[in-house]
Amino acid sequence: MSDILAVRNLRKNFPKVQAVDGVSFEVTEGSCFGLLGPNGAGKSTTVEMLEGILQPSSGEILYRGEPLGPRYRERVGIQFQTTALQDFLTVKENLRFFRALYEQGPSIEELVEICHLGEFMDRDSRKLSGGQRQRLLLAIALVNDPDLIFLDEPTTGLDPQARRNFWELVQSIKARGKTIVLTTHYMEEAYLLCDEIAIMDHGHIIARGTPKRLLAEHFNDSVLEIPLAELNGHAAMLGFTAHGEAAELMTADVNGSVRKLLDAGVSLAQLKIRPRTLEDLFIRLTGREMRA
Amino acid sequence: MTLARSLEFMRDTSAMSWNLIVPVLLVAGMAMIFSGPGQPLFKAAVIAPVGATLDAKLHPFLATPHVQFYAETSVAEALPKVQRHRIDMLLDLTTTPGKYWINEESPKGTTLERVLAGTPGPRLERETASGEQIRYVDWVVPGVLGMNIMFSCLFGIGYVIVRYRKSGYLKRLNATPIRAIEFICAQLLSRLALIMLITVAVYIGTNLVLHFRMEGSYFNLFLIALVGAIAMIAMGLTIAARVTSEELAGGLLNVISSPMMVVSGVFFSMDGSPKILQMAAKIFPLTHMLDAARAVMLDGAGFTQIAPQLAILGAMAVGFLAIGASLFKWTQD
Repeated sequence: MSDILAVRNLRKNFPKVQAVDGVSFEVTEGSCFGLLGPNGAGKSTTVEMLEGILQPSSGEILYRGEPLGPRYRERVGIQFQTTALQDFLTVKENLRFFRALYEQGPSIEELVEICHLGEFMDRDSRKLSGGQRQRLLLAIALVNDPDLIFLDEPTTGLDPQARRNFWELVQSIKARGKTIVLTTHYMEEAYLLCDEIAIMDHGHIIARGTPKRLLAEHFNDSVLEIPLAELNGHAAMLGFTAHGEAAELMTADVNGSVRKLLDAGVSLAQLKIRPRTLEDLFIRLTGREMRA
Repeated sequence: MTLARSLEFMRDTSAMSWNLIVPVLLVAGMAMIFSGPGQPLFKAAVIAPVGATLDAKLHPFLATPHVQFYAETSVAEALPKVQRHRIDMLLDLTTTPGKYWINEESPKGTTLERVLAGTPGPRLERETASGEQIRYVDWVVPGVLGMNIMFSCLFGIGYVIVRYRKSGYLKRLNATPIRAIEFICAQLLSRLALIMLITVAVYIGTNLVLHFRMEGSYFNLFLIALVGAIAMIAMGLTIAARVTSEELAGGLLNVISSPMMVVSGVFFSMDGSPKILQMAAKIFPLTHMLDAARAVMLDGAGFTQIAPQLAILGAMAVGFLAIGASLFKWTQD
């Protein structure tokens, strides 16, 4: 597969801050590329430059090997984190309006079917639930049958069920051969949907690769989690670290650690053993401190 | 809550500075318009002998307080102003005996005539203004319709664009192939259609009740309203081209619309006011729209007579659109 998007040494300076500082990566056609990072890491600025909305201070963005030209907007679809639509317009009217802005694209009926919008076509778009609204915004991002789709934190604020429904929708769109660039705060979402991820912090990419490869590169252990109270005051002696009411132990020797717990008379009834996740990686790379 | 709202307002530097500037501008504007000793109750034009000054030596009536006397050069030029309620009385003191004209439909004119009758000095002959007397309502209807068009154009467009920008809707549109000029023209057409429909409906409705004067062609009147509305929508678009705060937009729109309403002659004529003010009025599209509309409605002016005003309004529309499109900003950043 060839690269649909190539980013070279991208920088963006604002008057008081360098939001993006020398970012480079490629996005393979037909893949889902995830851009992760804490708030203020520079990922939204990076994505806005990729979308063609923000001019880079320096660096290069190539779409199919060419700099972004006037036709670029005809070929990309964008779902912003928060998008206002015109008041009083129904779902159908919104879709018709955005569809009319492009020369080519699927029919309204096709979009409705892809994004499961059939039930509320005549509903005022302001009266949609969070999940329904995100599906409408995704449908709007698809009105021009784009090769490349940007999804900026599309499931933020959705309930778990709506989030999972949205993930299925994104997977079905990816199955149609579309390339997706996704930004998200949900590590589970990134792990499930993304073929490749890049973690940004302070305007730089600090890790990049497939989720599995990154986990393998950074961890060779598992996590033991148990309520702190179950350790009978032996947390430090057993090597556990307290996090609120829970205690965690990262260990490559799971059997040995469990044996030590049994020897210390700790009940294993509430012990959880899990492999490392992207969230662990994210915390390790970006730290635990509060961000804006 | 009060503190939070006050902090929000004070930290919105554009809105805050505007709220400080507006009162200063308003005071300066009002001082310019209403400067001098007390505002006169009546306005009378005087045709005086060459070299004479308009004072009691010429005629004791000219010393009447609360009447603004100003010089005109010919009866032919000044008489239509009496007929159109732009002035309350016309005096010709170049003849013996002198003459005066009033509009019998004008309460102020007839009151001033009683004042004249009670003034000592040479008697003046009453002349009847030739042609049909024009009621005040005939004169004011174009002004009120024009004012409605102005408010609808400026605020209807200005606020909406700023709201679109604040809500991120413009940012979403910026991600599509649509260009700024296309977006602006779409807004213009939408608002124009609405305004023209409303104006036609208001015209028909009020005419059923008031039966006001319409001497000229309806097509010409429609054309004036159309071109005038385009010019004012374009003006609203220019104001909203970069603004991101509704408060600032409101301030800017008020600072344009308030003086425009005063000096463009919506409710009263600017005849006799300082020349500089009359010249300043020419920068507003409403002035040209009302001049042309009154010419058509009251005098039956044809296309050729209103062509200069149409040309000015057209040029304003093109100019404002060009400025608006070049300044236009999709996002708040």
